[in-house]
Amino acid sequence: MDLTFTPAEEAFRAEVREFLATNLPPALAEKVRHHQRLSKREHEQWHAILNSRGWLAVHWPVEYGGTGWTITQSYLFEDELSRAHAPGVVAFGPSMLGPVLIKYGSEAQKRHWLPRILDGSDWWCQGYSEPGAGSDLASLKTSAVREGDHYLVNGQKTWTTLGQHANMIFCLVRTSTEGRKQEGISFLLIDMKTPGIEVRPIILLDGVHEVNEIFFTNVKVPLENLVGTENKGWTYAKYLLTYERTGIAGVSRSIAALKDLRRMAQTQLRNGKPLAEDPLFAARMARVEIDLENMRTTNLRVLLASGSGAAPLEMGALLKIRGTEIRQEITRLARIALGPQAQPFFAPEGITAQYLNYRKLSIFGGSNEVQREIIGKSLLEMGP
Amino acid sequence: MNFTHSEDRRMLADTLGRHLDQQYTLDVRHRVSGSAQGWSRERWLAMAELGVIGALFDEQAGGYGGKGFDLAVVFEQLGRSLVVEPFLGTLMAGQALTKTGCRSDLVTQVMAGETVLAFASEEPQSRYDFASITTRAEQHDGIWMLSGCKSVVPQLEAADHVVLSARLGTGSVGLFLVESGKPGVTVNGYKMVDGGRGGDLLLERASATLLTDEALPLLEEITAAGIVALCWEAVGVMDVLKKSTLDYLRTRKQFGVPIAKFQALQHRIVNVVIEVEQARSAAINAAAALEAPRDARERAVSAAKYTIGRAGTLAAEESIQMHGGIGMSWDLPLSHYAKRALMIGHQLGDEDHHLSRFISLAATA
Repeated sequence: MDLTFTPAEEAFRAEVREFLATNLPPALAEKVRHHQRLSKREHEQWHAILNSRGWLAVHWPVEYGGTGWTITQSYLFEDELSRAHAPGVVAFGPSMLGPVLIKYGSEAQKRHWLPRILDGSDWWCQGYSEPGAGSDLASLKTSAVREGDHYLVNGQKTWTTLGQHANMIFCLVRTSTEGRKQEGISFLLIDMKTPGIEVRPIILLDGVHEVNEIFFTNVKVPLENLVGTENKGWTYAKYLLTYERTGIAGVSRSIAALKDLRRMAQTQLRNGKPLAEDPLFAARMARVEIDLENMRTTNLRVLLASGSGAAPLEMGALLKIRGTEIRQEITRLARIALGPQAQPFFAPEGITAQYLNYRKLSIFGGSNEVQREIIGKSLLEMGP
Repeated sequence: MNFTHSEDRRMLADTLGRHLDQQYTLDVRHRVSGSAQGWSRERWLAMAELGVIGALFDEQAGGYGGKGFDLAVVFEQLGRSLVVEPFLGTLMAGQALTKTGCRSDLVTQVMAGETVLAFASEEPQSRYDFASITTRAEQHDGIWMLSGCKSVVPQLEAADHVVLSARLGTGSVGLFLVESGKPGVTVNGYKMVDGGRGGDLLLERASATLLTDEALPLLEEITAAGIVALCWEAVGVMDVLKKSTLDYLRTRKQFGVPIAKFQALQHRIVNVVIEVEQARSAAINAAAALEAPRDARERAVSAAKYTIGRAGTLAAEESIQMHGGIGMSWDLPLSHYAKRALMIGHQLGDEDHHLSRFISLAATA
């Protein structure tokens, strides 16, 4: 047992910190700190900065333009990004599609799409959820029918995050209704400019346009945009769930958020004294702080045990559940800390909006109840 | 960063675990625990021979361990088998002797298993605050005499010597060594909820050896070691609670199916599993911090004891609940693990005590 980082790892951390000190635009950090949304241009700007250093696709192998970092290095990198209030990487291209293409894509697909993710030519979004397929994702109905040299796609996707910025979408579509519902799903890459695609905004409870619904009417998709084998898409989608779990618990972001919360609890007053000295509020802060320190260790235990980067599904689920519970509790406490000032639509530092927005954490990526099913089934050996 | 125990510690854990599986079955444990003595000298000597007591002390004291993770591997195994022998008292009292450099002759006997120690930190009014001390120490003709009461001392009757705190005339706190059976030393023993025996210690002008007269920092350090030990014992106990409950859910049938099929029960056990993993992480953090500077150590120790208190109660209550009626029975091993998990919460500070301590530590840091 050794809970310290090696001198080489500490040197790496210092290198990342130095890079951020020089290259992270203060205006972006300021926006992140105040929970403001980044524009498309700002996201692209940040991706370009990371890419210029070769640090955009952290988890890809070196031969494809990734970093080849160890699990610990990736962890330290994320830790430093959070500490500096740097924007996160928009996951869809670098963290979601990239790994799938690298593992299951054809040579031609890898050669074409991977460089375009790195240089920002494409903004990808994810077409998974449908109105009738949320937690029960395998029930999806959007169909793709082979017609000559293309698929004809019809259906509807929803909750498509930042789809309004995207020029490309990777989709799970139904190519067969035979057998188990998981066995008729394929993984398609679709150009958003293809005729028959319509993007409509969904405004969330915080008043923000973050997600969309996307309608597909007789959309022609070239056959070469199929990833891997037809009807095997579910396997590829599941691979994403086990791949790259370093960030799923959001430990580093929570540590940064808790620091902000503590600062706020010093300035907000209750009975003329800092809120931090109020026994009830102090107890709530201490509880989440201890839970977070435990989670930091649990997260590292899982990451290091997995070594290769593929954590057992149930451990990833555990990190997701408790990690998101902690993140939500911190935003809840921040909202409570504001007292009556939480009410105006533009509450200080966007705190109420952030609290509302973070309700999504326990819903997306497989709701926390679905994660409990995954752990329960795995531990109770009841099969998938 | 590495979460694997060293080779030596893994070997110690394996050896002790195997020994307990063979020699300290639950039948043996119940017999020992329910006996008039509430412990077994024979079992104690067997474990001393394996080197288990030596693992609690550092090389300077003649042992070969004494670090946080040495305590971790030993106490996790003790927890898995619900061992009632006086390890906690021996650890804490023994560290008081070794850290003050007193009675190295006694320490040698302790490591051989020949002498048993108890550590008395609670008083009727103290409620987990080791600095709340009314036991008085006075010097007469160069001899220290103690008067007062120490309460709920684990395996007090087993101890040949007791280490305890007392307040000096100057107001400072001293640590003393008292020999059992000497004039002025009365022991009132009783059975404990979770097996074994405990007792209250009444002192009326009992002669004592002074170990140190500036004891508070040392008391805190020894208590930290005791808490790390208890946290790891709890980890061992909770692992058994978790595994037995998972087994039961898989095998028990109601409404024609294993009750593991019911979502309400699945989600309950998953909550236990998450808490137990978090508790293990807390215990790791505390063990790693045991050799750290005071503030970092105390922070991690209080965080861990709070976590263990919470998780232990949850694991105990949920395991009983998910077993249904049978979970209430004395005959089921599980109920004894549940009691131990709960009672660990009552030793060296419960979750409220340590949460509040964690907050004060942060405020002064």
